[in-house]
Amino acid sequence: MSNAVEIKNVSMHFNMAKEKVDSIKEYLIKFFKKQLFFEKFVALDDINLEIKAGEVFGLVGLNGCGKSTLLKIISGIYKPTTGSVKVNGTISPLIELGAGFDMDLTARENIYLNGAVLGYSKEYINEKFDEIVDFTELHQFIDIPMKNYSSGMVARVGFAIATVTKPDILIVDEILAVGDFLFQEKCEKRIDELMSGGTTVIIVSHTIDQIKRLCDRVAWIEKGKIKMIGETDEVCDLYTQTSV
Amino acid sequence: MKYFQTFLRYRYLLFNLINRDIKVKYRRSILGILWSVLNPLLMMAVISTVFSTLFGMGGKFGGLSVPFHIYYLTGATIFNFVSEATSTSMMSVFSASQLIKKVYIPKYIFPLEKCMFAFVNMLFSLIAVFIVMVVSRVEFHATIVLIFIPIIYALIFSIGMSLLLSALTVFFRDILHIYSVFLTAWMYATPIIYPLGILNDHPKLMFIMKLNPMYYFVEYFRSVVVYGTIPGIRDNVVCLACSIVMLIIGIAVFKAKQDKFVLYM
Repeated sequence: MSNAVEIKNVSMHFNMAKEKVDSIKEYLIKFFKKQLFFEKFVALDDINLEIKAGEVFGLVGLNGCGKSTLLKIISGIYKPTTGSVKVNGTISPLIELGAGFDMDLTARENIYLNGAVLGYSKEYINEKFDEIVDFTELHQFIDIPMKNYSSGMVARVGFAIATVTKPDILIVDEILAVGDFLFQEKCEKRIDELMSGGTTVIIVSHTIDQIKRLCDRVAWIEKGKIKMIGETDEVCDLYTQTSV
Repeated sequence: MKYFQTFLRYRYLLFNLINRDIKVKYRRSILGILWSVLNPLLMMAVISTVFSTLFGMGGKFGGLSVPFHIYYLTGATIFNFVSEATSTSMMSVFSASQLIKKVYIPKYIFPLEKCMFAFVNMLFSLIAVFIVMVVSRVEFHATIVLIFIPIIYALIFSIGMSLLLSALTVFFRDILHIYSVFLTAWMYATPIIYPLGILNDHPKLMFIMKLNPMYYFVEYFRSVVVYGTIPGIRDNVVCLACSIVMLIIGIAVFKAKQDKFVLYM
């Protein structure tokens, strides 16, 4: 089976500026005083990971261990400091639902806008529009500005748009926590459908039950390093035992 | 080739963002997009009233071959286009930080979109120019069909400058504050509210003027729209060189810095 994502020797360093240099004057002063030193923070340290096509892959780890940084590198938002990332296929990132919504616009307008953000054409959205609205179950609210929506409603629209297409790779970052339990079930069902259609899914979640239910393999990340990769039950059990 | 494909994939995003800007700009206004025509008209009314009553500059003074208000309006159309495109672009990358941090999008889309939005606005203000020309009984010359040439020069120049400014603004917010001052200085360094003829006795000022790319765009526009003359090869070379050089600088800086944007947001 071919790999959907290949991550080789990826490290990510951030400059933790003690004080932020925001102006040219400050920059020049610091430059000449040779104070332009930053504290280096290693968010990811030499990560090697292969995610197979069609696999549901989970990432677990404590807050701040580098899971989201890794997802952002996979989806192309961050360029890794060193190492290489190879991604085969289209990515639909659910890093945060509703990223790119303009709250002054109505849901209808936002569906087109967000669809375009994800690289869909207008014709494609026209064709899928009813499907999206059906999934959100928000028919009567579709023409009101989204600033009047609750966060759960925003999440519904976001999820519906991101999963309307069949991306080759779907990245899900701790999003199933929003929405009521009925909607969560619906989202999981949708992910199941995508999986059976051959989509590779990468999930970050703190809900171990969810990881156990959905994932084939899991990587446990600790302090920017991969502590363990393996079968879901094995990794999850060890993770819960040691972390608690 | 790869770049072209990515651009094609995201062209819908470009249209959608322009569409959104128009909708948001004119939401809850009764006249809506008509304001893009009315605004330059009203500005022209104010400026020409002030200048004719206060400074006695009404009509054709200072060697102008066309009425002052036409002279002002044609100059202001091009200048305002470049100034709006560049000043809105400047914040575009930075204000899209919420999006850039969460989804991969080619980042040049944002300044490019602001330029195109300013471009659409400018097309509406062209309607104002034509209305005023008809009302003032200014002769229409056949050269007016060449109107797209100076506009395209100005557009390429704006895109280059917008790429440069939007990239720099991510790192140095200072540019935002100084740019409005710069724009005012730039406006006075361009023959918009005074006739070019008054500089004939000041060779030094005239020399400075000729270092200003905007001078060439504005004069080119006036040539084909109101003077009925076609600028020569030299003017075309200067305009083209200014815009292409600006575009190359803009692309080079933007490309070199774009991977770092996300770390500074």
